[in-house]
Amino acid sequence: MTLRVDFVNRLKGGLLHIGLTPEGDERLPEMLPGQFVEVAVDKAHVLLNRPFSIFNCTDRLLELLVKPLGRASEALGSYEPGDSIRVIAPLGHGFTLAPEGSRVLLIGGGVGIAPLLYLARTLNGRGIRPVIVYGERTVPDAALCARLSEVADLQICTDDGSAGFHGFVTQHPALTEGSYDLLQVCGPAVMMKNVARIARGKGLDAEYSLENKMACGLGACLCCVENTTTGNRCVCTDGPVFKADELPW
Amino acid sequence: MVNLVTKLGELTLKNPVLTASGTFGYGLEYEDFVDLSRLGGFVVKGTTLEHREGNPYPRMAETPSGMLNAVGLQNKGVDYFIGHIWPRIASVDSQVIVNVSGKSIDDYAATAEKLAAIDGIRAIELNISCPNVKQGGMAFGTTCDGAASVVEAVRKAWPRHLMVKLSPNVTSITDIALAVEAAGADSVSLINTLLGMAVDIERRRPVLSTVTGGLSGPAVKPVAVRMVWQVAKAVKIPVVGLGGICSAADALEFIMAGASAIQIGTANFIDPAVTVKVIDGIADWCDRHGVSDISEIRGII
Repeated sequence: MTLRVDFVNRLKGGLLHIGLTPEGDERLPEMLPGQFVEVAVDKAHVLLNRPFSIFNCTDRLLELLVKPLGRASEALGSYEPGDSIRVIAPLGHGFTLAPEGSRVLLIGGGVGIAPLLYLARTLNGRGIRPVIVYGERTVPDAALCARLSEVADLQICTDDGSAGFHGFVTQHPALTEGSYDLLQVCGPAVMMKNVARIARGKGLDAEYSLENKMACGLGACLCCVENTTTGNRCVCTDGPVFKADELPW
Repeated sequence: MVNLVTKLGELTLKNPVLTASGTFGYGLEYEDFVDLSRLGGFVVKGTTLEHREGNPYPRMAETPSGMLNAVGLQNKGVDYFIGHIWPRIASVDSQVIVNVSGKSIDDYAATAEKLAAIDGIRAIELNISCPNVKQGGMAFGTTCDGAASVVEAVRKAWPRHLMVKLSPNVTSITDIALAVEAAGADSVSLINTLLGMAVDIERRRPVLSTVTGGLSGPAVKPVAVRMVWQVAKAVKIPVVGLGGICSAADALEFIMAGASAIQIGTANFIDPAVTVKVIDGIADWCDRHGVSDISEIRGII
């Protein structure tokens, strides 16, 4: 589908907050927390589409939170309101939605926070207010934190101690001392593997959202495979969210 | 309206647009985007005698106007294909062409023999050109004797249309094409990927787990058009052209250079509906240029 850029905001730490909206009075398809979209970043003159988490969405607005790390993600910063952009959405299998009354901990490392806002918002609809532990190198964007605080009990931790808890998410008491029915995690692989070790030690049920490099996003090219307990599986269609027992971490 | 019906020997396609193996899954992955019955045919993922896990991640690197892949023929084996996938695509009103690969000549022949039992599969594409496996694959496709010996063995096991996919990683692709034609191939498809490599300078490591991989996408198109043109001049059997086709204009280049049909590969990753756009674009071009049958422009270069 072709969408129109509604806004591109630059947040602290270089993050891009992008809003995309359908043409005219068209509606976006239903998207689930943890699913992702493929974006054709034509301005970057790259070949392949780029996968991004769904930061938030309604039937009229798709929001992305992007960390510019390469040619395509950097070029997204040059889009202006009104520009059209081709998107394939929604893709993949998202997070499990915990049943009413569950205690849920969400852990986001860096831009891995992206899919957790929409997940928390959806959980709010089930009467669940999750805890979010958000780890960053240094003090994160205030407006982003304010939005996360609307839908969750936000616990910030920073590597340099400039805000919140001084240390890694794996050291945060919310994880080390808390008790939950479900842990849902997105961030760098090394962080997620360390969280997995702690979660397993505590017997916590957990899910992890992966972001392997992919070409098609449709389960056709078999490039984005993760080595799972049942062999190589596509992150794009079998994931991006995997349950702890599917990963040999 | 132009007549796009294309004959590859005994095999009839409703139009010359096929998909390239490994880029279109089993067709099912694209059902939300493409009416599969509009396609001339689709070539399904490389199928081997036994289940294969493929190569470790990372398997892909984007390069200027192209991509490297090193998937390594991940698939669940021919028995799984026959038992679980074929029943889901058998009723599609299009030609399903099964891409067959193997570690040994016996592997190729045994896989082809199993597929021969299914009458609905009218064609197989023999992959003697995969650059991403240690045994078999390209090892057979880079010498005339190796290529001919696989084709001869499969010819005995497979009674219907036999397409042979050729590697560009050779000194003379024309010599290989002539060898497989003499060994009994009904058509040749070319080109498979070009052997390539990329280095991550920050990590000081190859990008791909296998170090080298196969280059595809628009970057390879001029090489592919040249090879199709050379091979089409040399052989009598039909030539199926592929390599970087993203548009009807690209497809028409191959057809004018001598391709009877074309395959679309990497472009499926960028626009999952590209195949039908190419079919419609070819028809539009022909109508605008007073071409009433696609054969009028085939091999005119």
